[in-house]
Amino acid sequence: MDIITPGFGLIFWTTIVFLLLMVLLSKFAWKPILSAVKEREASIDKALEEAQSARAEMQNLTSSNEQLLKEARQERESIVKEARVARDKMVAEAKDIASGEAEKIMTAAAAQIEGAKMAAVTELKNHVAQIAVDMAEKVLRSELKDPAGQKASIDRALEDVKLN
Amino acid sequence: MNDTMTFKQLFFGLLTLCSVTVSASTDSHDATQTTESDAPFDPREMIMEHVMDSHSWHIMDWNNYAVSVPLPVILWTEEGLVAFSSSKFHHDTKGHHVVEAGGQRFVNHHEKIYYASQAANHDGAFVEMRDGLAVSAKPVDMSITKTVASLLFSAVLLMWIFFASAKNYRRRGSASPRGIASFTEPLIVFVRDDIAKANIGKHYLRFVPMLLTMFFFIWLNNLMGLIPFFPFGANVTGNIAVTLVLAVIVMLVTNVNGKKAYWQHIFWMPGIPGWVKPLLSLVEFIGIFTKPFSLMIRLFANITAGHIIVLSLVSLVFIFETAWVGPASVLLTLFISILELLVAALQAYIFTLLTALYIGTAMQEDHH
Repeated sequence: MDIITPGFGLIFWTTIVFLLLMVLLSKFAWKPILSAVKEREASIDKALEEAQSARAEMQNLTSSNEQLLKEARQERESIVKEARVARDKMVAEAKDIASGEAEKIMTAAAAQIEGAKMAAVTELKNHVAQIAVDMAEKVLRSELKDPAGQKASIDRALEDVKLN
Repeated sequence: MNDTMTFKQLFFGLLTLCSVTVSASTDSHDATQTTESDAPFDPREMIMEHVMDSHSWHIMDWNNYAVSVPLPVILWTEEGLVAFSSSKFHHDTKGHHVVEAGGQRFVNHHEKIYYASQAANHDGAFVEMRDGLAVSAKPVDMSITKTVASLLFSAVLLMWIFFASAKNYRRRGSASPRGIASFTEPLIVFVRDDIAKANIGKHYLRFVPMLLTMFFFIWLNNLMGLIPFFPFGANVTGNIAVTLVLAVIVMLVTNVNGKKAYWQHIFWMPGIPGWVKPLLSLVEFIGIFTKPFSLMIRLFANITAGHIIVLSLVSLVFIFETAWVGPASVLLTLFISILELLVAALQAYIFTLLTALYIGTAMQEDHH
């Protein structure tokens, strides 16, 4: 059968064409294409790796941020707390001082008032006494014009004095 | 009657156009030639003619003239190289027309070139026949036949496709592929990873260029054979000589790269009783040849069978001699053609895959 009998010419040409094709394609097509594909794959791998590490770094950063935030919050709280305590303390102290001072002032004021009152009373007393003396003098003068009256008024006066 | 003839002629023209071989010449006005419509249609002859190689590329018949592209006939004769155009045979393949070139006389007898005998035999052929077989001496035929021309054309196409792809990478570096490279790259990566790397293992990169060339060479030629118009349609990968060359290359590459473990498994298989070893080594030794032989036969048979089926279905109209078979014939041909598209890729894949597998087996390090 001719169909399963390989012809020499075709074997010859196929060998030449196929081998030549293999050499040419290897040099001018497969080599540049395969190296470019490999390069790209390497760069993709690298990019993925970088993305991964960037993500990890980001995660680190986020967690450290959170840590920082937490710490800041804690610090703020403690500061606020401290401030509150200090404020309370200060207020209490101020209260103490103020009340002390107020007491002192009150005491002083009371003493002063007492003093002033006493002075006023003394003065009033003196004054009243003076008036009384003056009046008595006047009365005495008028009453003493007659001796009976003198005596009566002296008695009255004495009685009043006693009553006082 | 006249109407039927025209119809038949028209159909024959279409048939020749649509069938797998196409070919033709400008000087086809040989009035002595018998017209196709005179002779009874012989599907077997037509199919064989289309599936096998020929010295001119027949495109179609038009008004009883064959239109075909003449191809160079190159002969290595007893007196050196002789070359002439195949058109000198005037489409004769029956050994009737003697061509004188380089001081020698040649005839084309069923697409084989013989030294013409002095006198014609009783069939009018200048070939000596014995028991129905031509026994005349033959020069070594190195002609650019239809298959060789198609082979060269496919090589040019392959270089065009892949040089264009490579240019894309030169221009764009390792950026994402554009244009034709975006089509070829997945295929190249597929061959590299799923065929070479998966089957050969560690040193696979060395064989990737060969496997790539093999895969695309077989696939493109399979596909070209399915296109029924000139300059396609030649049965290249369905020619035993072509698959023989590919198989021999596989055999050489496999055995040249055979490691110690590979030869040990062939000649002195470890782990079996001593008396079986010689027996098995004989089987394994034959296996060195049967593996590539199966590659050769598988590709040849699959592609040739595909061509034969398509041509047979197209011939149904002429076998039944009624146009009513036409629609069924067209539908069946369409179906088979689509199947053949799959087969074209599949056979290229199988051939390359098995090649990688054989190389991988030969390269395997000893792990016993």
